[in-house]
Amino acid sequence: MDQTPVPAPLDDSEELTKLHPNYSHALRVRATLTSIPFLVGALVLETVFKGEGLFPSGIIAGPVLLIALALIIRVPQTRYNARGYQISADRLRVVRGLMFRSDTVVPFGRVQHIDVNQGPLDRFFGIATLTLHTAGSHNASVSLPGLGEELAREMREEIRAHIRRESM
Amino acid sequence: MSEPRNTAPLSVVLGAIGSLRSAILPAFAIAFSGIGDSGRLWVALAVGAAAALIGTVTSYIGWRRLTYTIGEADIRVESGILSRAARSVPYERIQDVSLEAKPLPRLFGLVAVKFETGAGGADDIALQYLTNAEGEALRQLVRERRDEEAAASADPAAPANAPSEEAEVLYALSPQRLVTFGLFEFSLAVFAVLGGALQYVDNVTSVDVWNVKLWYGWLKEQGSTVATLGPYAQALGAVAGIIGLLAIGSVTGVVRTVLRDWGFTLTRSARGFRRQRGLFTRTDVVMPVHRVQGLVIGTGLVRYRFGWHGLSFVSLAQDDKEQSHVVAPFAKMEEITPIARAAGFRLPDDTTAWHRAAKAHRTDKAVLDAAVFVVAAIPVAIFAPFGLFLIPLGLAVLAVGANLYAWEFRRHAIDDAQVYSSHGFLSPTLGVATRLKLHSVEIAQGPIARRRGYATVHLGLAGGAFAMHGVPIAEARALRAQVLETITATDFSRLDAAPVQALNSAQPGFSENFLAT
Repeated sequence: MDQTPVPAPLDDSEELTKLHPNYSHALRVRATLTSIPFLVGALVLETVFKGEGLFPSGIIAGPVLLIALALIIRVPQTRYNARGYQISADRLRVVRGLMFRSDTVVPFGRVQHIDVNQGPLDRFFGIATLTLHTAGSHNASVSLPGLGEELAREMREEIRAHIRRESM
Repeated sequence: MSEPRNTAPLSVVLGAIGSLRSAILPAFAIAFSGIGDSGRLWVALAVGAAAALIGTVTSYIGWRRLTYTIGEADIRVESGILSRAARSVPYERIQDVSLEAKPLPRLFGLVAVKFETGAGGADDIALQYLTNAEGEALRQLVRERRDEEAAASADPAAPANAPSEEAEVLYALSPQRLVTFGLFEFSLAVFAVLGGALQYVDNVTSVDVWNVKLWYGWLKEQGSTVATLGPYAQALGAVAGIIGLLAIGSVTGVVRTVLRDWGFTLTRSARGFRRQRGLFTRTDVVMPVHRVQGLVIGTGLVRYRFGWHGLSFVSLAQDDKEQSHVVAPFAKMEEITPIARAAGFRLPDDTTAWHRAAKAHRTDKAVLDAAVFVVAAIPVAIFAPFGLFLIPLGLAVLAVGANLYAWEFRRHAIDDAQVYSSHGFLSPTLGVATRLKLHSVEIAQGPIARRRGYATVHLGLAGGAFAMHGVPIAEARALRAQVLETITATDFSRLDAAPVQALNSAQPGFSENFLAT
């Protein structure tokens, strides 16, 4: 108990740490992969209705393409900008959400176990997701995606060390 | 000791057998279906063989890629064929190691080892499969690590384990009160049951109960009889019908309550709370005091007006299908207070500094709820006969009224040991939780909330939800800072020890918090 570090106060107005820049690229690739089926579907519809002459060509594929472009070019960057984290001696703060903002703080003293996950895409971009599991039913797992691979592992070690120290 | 290890190689065989087993059914289905005419037996065999082959290969690769490391401070499991997952569980967090041997693995002398961490919602990690000896050794190792730790921090658990004969009855439901309780549990569920029964009749007999014409004819017949009775008799009939409904509803309520809560007793002994109830299926549940994470005091629309409330304990364990343990289903506040105190909680009183939800939150909620009905009124005004649009408009007014009233109940408070939150539409539901036993704090804001400067504060409570709605943003931040200060002061591994010592004093975790804050 006497080893307890003085809790560094976490200022809410303090600047958030940005995620790894590759995270927005990963988001972009994911958005591209998701939009491909929709684009293909739109093109198929276009060809089917081409002969009918019901409406000018491009009325289906056009909007779909526009939305897809917005989702691929614009949204990942805004999402990336909306996310951030802040790590101090005894807690992790995760901020996320464009429309619905969520600002979560998990004290290391309540972490049950820690995951570092990497999907195939994450591995390509050299990023990883750090997930902290708590015993609470709400926020049973708080994940922080888009960390550099090394950093995620370092953070895991740091949190693990904190747990170890505190429970000694 | 600390290099990555694989699980038992025989796991591959078990995985392959498992996939073969799941391939048998489709294979049979193909063999007995019309696919492929004469060659279908071969098709079936081919499908089975392919499934077995794929299963074996996946199971082998999966086995190759799954490694576990027994480290100095934690156990790490790395797995995944395409996407890798690495999970680390510190020894301090492992509550217990369970060995599970299903029939098939047992034949091969293998066990599944599960590490129980008590993480809510998240699945515990498991190693499938290790040999019996390895599993036993691993369990021994984890226990040793935990024991070392327990020895280091005195032994507060020892006196708690000593059996004690004296058990104090905290709460009991007398048959008389049970009936009163049953009346408030008014339910028309019996009609749903009847509907189900009718459906059954429909299936078994040839009477088509869903035939509208049949009922219509019957109604017309009855209607003409009613019509000949004159206005007084008709009114009398309607009143009798309503009384009948009320009677059926009340009887259902009483019967259900008596079946469930007959002989309800809550006792308090050294081991914890013990609840017995039930007429035919008698249940006996023991809840250790330190497992109680929070309280929920609920009530009903009508019973609230008569001063009746119900108390439940929030804990990680599930009670039947319900989330929390009902410990006093029907009681006056004076009776609930001592039970709460026995569990180490203090109920809010006159000294509690309640904060109301933001006024902006009230306005927004009322406007939003009313807007739904106003929007619905537009098509009604256009298409329906004139005057009908007044109905949704009236509902909109009602929604506004209900929201204004609900605001009366929407409030929260924090003191040096606990957090309180109350909400509800026509009657309040109160939640109480210990600041120490919270696990995370989240401030959530929707698009409107952000513009209007309020937020919902979600507090991570094991086994339940705890939220404060419509908290002004500055207040929410301050609240979070306060709660976090308490949480970070005590590590999770010490949580269980703290309240046990404080059992005898009235306010567990209280003095400790004073020190911490």
